[in-house]
Amino acid sequence: MRRELHAEWTKLRTVPGAGRLLLGLVTLTAAAGVALSAGVTCPWGRCTQDTVRLGLSGIQLGQVFVVMLAVSMISGEYGTGLIRLTLAAMPRRATVLAAKAALLTGLTVAGGAVAVAASLLGAGLVLPARGYPPPSPADGPTLRAALGSVLYLALIALLSLGVATALREPAAATGTVLGLLYLFPLAVLLLPDPDWQRLLWRLSPMNAGLAVQATTGLDGLPLDPWTGLAVPAAWATAALLAGGLALRRRDA
Amino acid sequence: MPELLRAEWTKFRTVRGWVLTVVAAALVTMVPGLLFAAGSHSSCSEGPIEVPCPAPLLGPDGETVEDRFSFAHRELTGDGALTVRLTSMTGVITYPPPDHDKIVAGLVPWAKAGIMVKDGTRPGSSYAAVLLTGGHGVRMQYDFAHDTAGRPGGVSPRSPRWLRLTRSGDRLTGYESPDGRHWTEVGTARLSLPDTVRIGMFAASPGDLTVKQSETGGSIGQVRFTQTTAVFDQVSLQGAWAATEVGDSPGQTDWERYHRANGLVRSGGTFTVTGTGDIAPSEDGPTVQDTLPGVPFGLVVVVVAAVLPIAAEYRRGLIRTTLLACPRRGRALAAKAAVIGVVAFAAGLAAAAVTAPIGMSLLRANGFVLPPTPLLTEVRVIAGVGMVFALAAVLALALGALFRRATGAVVTAVALVVLPYMLAVFSPVPDDVSRWLLRLTPAAGLAIQQSVPAYPQVLSHYVPGTGYYPLPPWAGLAVTAGYAALALALAIRSVRRRDA
Repeated sequence: MRRELHAEWTKLRTVPGAGRLLLGLVTLTAAAGVALSAGVTCPWGRCTQDTVRLGLSGIQLGQVFVVMLAVSMISGEYGTGLIRLTLAAMPRRATVLAAKAALLTGLTVAGGAVAVAASLLGAGLVLPARGYPPPSPADGPTLRAALGSVLYLALIALLSLGVATALREPAAATGTVLGLLYLFPLAVLLLPDPDWQRLLWRLSPMNAGLAVQATTGLDGLPLDPWTGLAVPAAWATAALLAGGLALRRRDA
Repeated sequence: MPELLRAEWTKFRTVRGWVLTVVAAALVTMVPGLLFAAGSHSSCSEGPIEVPCPAPLLGPDGETVEDRFSFAHRELTGDGALTVRLTSMTGVITYPPPDHDKIVAGLVPWAKAGIMVKDGTRPGSSYAAVLLTGGHGVRMQYDFAHDTAGRPGGVSPRSPRWLRLTRSGDRLTGYESPDGRHWTEVGTARLSLPDTVRIGMFAASPGDLTVKQSETGGSIGQVRFTQTTAVFDQVSLQGAWAATEVGDSPGQTDWERYHRANGLVRSGGTFTVTGTGDIAPSEDGPTVQDTLPGVPFGLVVVVVAAVLPIAAEYRRGLIRTTLLACPRRGRALAAKAAVIGVVAFAAGLAAAAVTAPIGMSLLRANGFVLPPTPLLTEVRVIAGVGMVFALAAVLALALGALFRRATGAVVTAVALVVLPYMLAVFSPVPDDVSRWLLRLTPAAGLAIQQSVPAYPQVLSHYVPGTGYYPLPPWAGLAVTAGYAALALALAIRSVRRRDA
């Protein structure tokens, strides 16, 4: 495993792509979160909006960079044929995928932590002017939302890696992951029946996964925060299993 | 150019995966709408008995309208005029926000009281009215859709508002005055009314709309009962006044039963008219647009279908052969854009042309009464799906040629075309932001789907999530077309300048 990790790290480190994508993750997440926080209001004079969730809602946009990073880690190799060399040098294919997954998780957690911290710090700067206290890391739900958001990003990265390994084709993999993330919430809104809505909501990786960001109105959510995070975890596991099996069974 | 087009078309149609992706785009567009139509039911009941839902109320121009108000009226034959002094306009709003626990005194912004000439008391008949509103001053309104603003401000016993409505032939003119001596014209209307019409005072008050966010991401609108009471005196016409609750079955709420009933109370020369309801265009029932919620879904697949071929050319080095065979690189790329554009258009058009009629008949079979939509509007909505697909495909292809990487192109195209729409209908974004998202981004083209116009004089939740776009249909499509053209131009420039 150490050899595989070292090889993958060298590959990632020596091309400029990964760094740029992580920078994009931090910038877009924080910018969107701060922009939305700056527009928050107190309807009818009551400041009851979930500002932590609002400040972290940039994740919904920033996650596209995580998807790109994950897909490029595997589809890029298929595109150039490098994958044949990789698998010739490291014949234990599951270990190669595990090394990629570990490295990707590490990078995403690092980038995600910076993005979440920047979002909350930025929101803390603009919120007092709108009548809300700045988010505090000493507050339990806030801390849970911050940690959960970082974990959510890592799960999305693993989901994307699994899909990309299974599909190989980068355009198809990216389209599939983006569809899974963004079209599920739209489909939830389409359903006429509220019970079906809540069921689909529980299956949707983005809806259920981002329940971890909620700090108010937890009773109304179809899933509680940590259980919600289990939904993208299940998707990621399924995708990685499918990808791993496909990688082992088929020709490179 | 024809050979070039044929070459690109041959490349496209002979790769099975690409063709299947386009077919998938069409199917993905169809499924949500059909499921929605099949799963939605509407039923109406009279007491405990289920009855077919009534046909929507139609106005004189054939559009769906709401026509419900209290009317104190008398006959007017031939030309004539009515002048009144409005001395007070008050009302109640039941259970307003934030706590929804009290009945408060107040007027909703589009509460209406004034004088009207109407072709009988049948709901939906032609009318012209000059009226005072709760929050938008004096207005001249006629035939539901038409609204002209007069002087702003409210009314109190110390500063009454005088209103006058004259009929001369088919010309109706509304005037207002602060003192009954100096009159200003508010507006005129030309209506084809019969010789004998009803003329009189009226009051109406539309329901109070509050919108709250649902936990599953969308928004829920709730409408609560309101009522307006207007006091008129100095009424210029004498004679036999009748009172009608137009379009209403009165006394349905406890407030009406135990506190104040709608209708006319007369004491001497003072007329007090109390009413609920609205006289306005309405958006009752699903339309062709509601059968096509799958368009954003299909767009994601169209983007993939457009990026696949160009990314494959770069990855496999085929682009060098293509540019060798056609050294005029701009043309080569334009031919690719034309082929993928036409293919995407066909896929979108086919999907919409199948889904819309099936979806609408499913909705009808499930008890919905679909309001009449002009045929041209339906054609625009259906062909619009093809046009949006074509523009998205050209945009995605251009991004693919610019980036030479599939992942970046797909993410950028989805982020430009689909994501703004997703954010606009999804709750954390304020309504104003969601409107700007659909003005400035390539997702603006989805406006081509709007089949019911929005009216400023109607209190409604006009947001993209409920099918109302901030730009007119063709303007929205032009924004998307502009982005596609810009991306294609940039791509041609960069393909010309750099090594293949």
